[in-house]
Amino acid sequence: MSDWRVRHQSSLDEARYNVRIFFKDKLAVIGLAIIVFTIVVAIIGPWIAPYPAQGRGDSNLTERLQAPSARHLLGTDNYGRDVLSRVIYGARIPLIISFVVTAAIVLIGVPIGGIAGYFGGRLDEVVMRICDVFLAFPSLILAIVFVAFLGPSIRNAMIAIVISWWPWYTRLVRGMAVSLRERPYVEAAKTMGVGDFHIIARHILPNSFGPVIVQMTLDIGTVILAAAGLSFIGLGAQPPVADWGLMISEGRAYILDQWWIGAFAGLAILILVLAFNLVGDGLRDVLDPRSKR
Amino acid sequence: MEELLRVSDLKLQFRSMRGVVKALDGVDLVVHEREILGLVGESGCGKTITGLAILGLLQRPQAEITGGEIIYRGEDLLTKNDGEMQSLRGREISMVFQDPLASLNPVFQVGHQIETVVRIHKGVSKRESRETTRKALAEVGLPATDETLKRYPHQFSGGMRQRVCMAMALACGSPLLIADEPTTALDVTIQAQILNLLLRLREELGVAQVIITHNVGVAAQTCDRIAVMYAGTVVEEGPVVEVLSRPRHPYTTALYQCLPHGHTASELQTIPGSVPDLISPPSGCRFHPRCKHVLDVCPTVKPKPVQVGDRHWVSCFWATGEDGAALGGDDAAKSVDDAAQRAKVTS
Amino acid sequence: MSLLQVDDLTVHFHIRRGLGKKSIDTVHAVDDISFAITEGETLALVGESGCGKSTLGRAVLQLRRPQSGKVLFDGNDLTAMRGEALRKMRRRVQLIFQDPIASLNPRRRIGDIVAEPLIIAGVKDPQKRHQMVSDVLAAVGLDPALVMGRLPHEFSGGQCQRICIARALVLNPEFIVCDEPVSALDVSIRAQILNLLEEMKTRYGLTLLFIAHDLAVVKVVSDRVAVMYLGRLCEVGPSEQLFAKPAHPYTALLIEAIPVPDPDMRPAEAIAVGEPPSPIAPPSGCRFRTRCPRADARCATEVPELRMVAAGQYAACHYPLI
Repeated sequence: MSDWRVRHQSSLDEARYNVRIFFKDKLAVIGLAIIVFTIVVAIIGPWIAPYPAQGRGDSNLTERLQAPSARHLLGTDNYGRDVLSRVIYGARIPLIISFVVTAAIVLIGVPIGGIAGYFGGRLDEVVMRICDVFLAFPSLILAIVFVAFLGPSIRNAMIAIVISWWPWYTRLVRGMAVSLRERPYVEAAKTMGVGDFHIIARHILPNSFGPVIVQMTLDIGTVILAAAGLSFIGLGAQPPVADWGLMISEGRAYILDQWWIGAFAGLAILILVLAFNLVGDGLRDVLDPRSKR
Repeated sequence: MEELLRVSDLKLQFRSMRGVVKALDGVDLVVHEREILGLVGESGCGKTITGLAILGLLQRPQAEITGGEIIYRGEDLLTKNDGEMQSLRGREISMVFQDPLASLNPVFQVGHQIETVVRIHKGVSKRESRETTRKALAEVGLPATDETLKRYPHQFSGGMRQRVCMAMALACGSPLLIADEPTTALDVTIQAQILNLLLRLREELGVAQVIITHNVGVAAQTCDRIAVMYAGTVVEEGPVVEVLSRPRHPYTTALYQCLPHGHTASELQTIPGSVPDLISPPSGCRFHPRCKHVLDVCPTVKPKPVQVGDRHWVSCFWATGEDGAALGGDDAAKSVDDAAQRAKVTS
Repeated sequence: MSLLQVDDLTVHFHIRRGLGKKSIDTVHAVDDISFAITEGETLALVGESGCGKSTLGRAVLQLRRPQSGKVLFDGNDLTAMRGEALRKMRRRVQLIFQDPIASLNPRRRIGDIVAEPLIIAGVKDPQKRHQMVSDVLAAVGLDPALVMGRLPHEFSGGQCQRICIARALVLNPEFIVCDEPVSALDVSIRAQILNLLEEMKTRYGLTLLFIAHDLAVVKVVSDRVAVMYLGRLCEVGPSEQLFAKPAHPYTALLIEAIPVPDPDMRPAEAIAVGEPPSPIAPPSGCRFRTRCPRADARCATEVPELRMVAAGQYAACHYPLI
């Protein structure tokens, strides 16, 4: 066995065991399959969409408002664009947003929480009060305020969501840090003369990952919904970009007679968010030691 | 003396992350009326699980009893359903645990907690249950006043809390009490008080007891008989004076020699090797990989209990000989006698 | 030569009570304690829970800053040191904890855990670190190749304690505070670890402060014993002498209360009844007087000082037993 494998034997064993537990949960596997499928579709979108140009935003006014048919499997919208192609093209945004935004939130919120919780005292008070201010507002409202301030675009929607969301993770990690700083192994590290920031980085934060990951799995779906919601009210993606939230908004006026314009985009959001939630459930089962029997 | 409880060849396993743990591999023990039996062993030997199994407190389906019987007053407890076991617990067999703080509900007054137990089992009126509670508190040496009844668990100290737990266990007059490490969490001076209390309970109320402990000293001073457990089975059982002064099983002897009494650091014996992994335990006698006197037969067949004295049983081929004759007792006896002498001199 | 000298060390905690956090209770954990440890000696610090021995151990290492008093290690006053100077001093004094499994970061591999002190001390060469870690793991009886890549939860209590000892030894310290190092371990493992500590003490030339509540264990490992009760020292003396002829009534009580594995003896009818008082409001004068059969009026008004009662043996009692 190579030296790397020997040194990481435990981690490999644990990883193999966790994968086994995860795959026991059928729903989680379905969720994962949906996400993988969506990622694949998003990547090869330009090649599989029947009308790529329309997916990107070109209109085709001669074929407006057509019901689903053989030519347009999901119908066309009020600009004559093929709905199927637009749904395919629209898959990229929620995927990018979900990963990038969540990563940013975690990268900002977690270290701040760790530092505040570990040091306690005045620093902790200040950070917690700042978080309280943010947390007092419903996060969507806060995001709307920020986007309105920065100007509507997908990029600004992402920034707005990050700014309104990081305090949740800070508070979560701060709570963990407060309890972890009393643990014997932290005391042992102090006895050896390990500096504070090393303790936070090597001892406190790695042991906080559990609840953070759980929170992330709960949040990814919500982040997607938040982004779609911002686009719906016109503060996110701007026409003619294919974005599911925007498509629902565009389909609103036609909902009674040409329901397909908004419905399929809505269905896509539903399925993707559901998939993330199922995967989240599966991950939580992996992380929860009590279910390890 | 009548037999109160007999556990025969109890086998139990449970499922865990890494596989099936064969926790109990044939446990035999007997408790007579008004008798105190010590169940002694190190961590992982299965003594707590045996106690929980007797009371049917193990979670199914993770824990599965795969064989044996638990006969209490002539009835096999393993054949009883949940309802029957529930009425048995507290009324016939009660249990006291290691951590009294964790055993008491922090939001209820202790008087209320004890009275609830009495009312459930005896179906008596509030006034009668209060009287019974007062009596129970008095029996364990606590003031049987209204003030005590109204207190919450956190307002008591560790030793007093343990007394409260014992009052709760005895309130219904159960003839058998199982105490799982009752003094481990307590200071040594309080420990002596609680051990004296256990003895008094037997003397005055006739309560038979199974005291589960890893401390041989505790077992020696309170128990009439002692059962030594190793890796899921009882290796030696007998009157405490016999077993400690003339142990037959190599593990009992080795365990006694590990005790720091009467030794200086350079003389502390240890048992080579370590406690086996119960997911893939050693074949035959589970102690054989660490045994000084291992014979060819030991890895192949699990030894059965053989009587070597008055109510003294050993499961060991070296000690009893494959044909049942008592062998090898003398060497073990001599070294232990020396150790016991030294312990007497220096303590 | 005293390697460690503790002078009048006092550690108090403040607990806020009540809804508005108005009233403050003071826990008198350690009050005016003085003692010295000679190089190469093992001093045992015994007492029951709540007596302050763990707090004292931590105060000596400055993990908890004392309110007053001095701790002199090899002439250096640890209480006056801060920051980098204190961190450097830490390499010479180490601590072994009671719960071996909890003392190891569950997410780090053993090799990294034992190497951490080396990284802090500035040993930059990874090969050298690997060698030093292997050496110390072998010294405590573990096979480095089998152990270095694994995580703490894969080991038993006894093995974890060996790892903790290895971690404490890797920088070649001079002084180790052992805070109940074997209390959480089984009897047969206890024996192994105690033997290991003796071996390491000889091999590395260590001085030990051994904190324990189990007198039987203390008898085996210590040269001298200091008995604590409710934040004060009751008695200090050479181990064999103290056990044979204790001078302080509390010491005698502790000795009698140990359950001896001799079936001919019944549990001690404790010569002191009742429970230890709370360290928030300790009794005036001698703190043991509320449970002492020999106490009288003088004990309530006058705090007894440690006085010599026999060669090398000191007791803080107005009416010592010898």
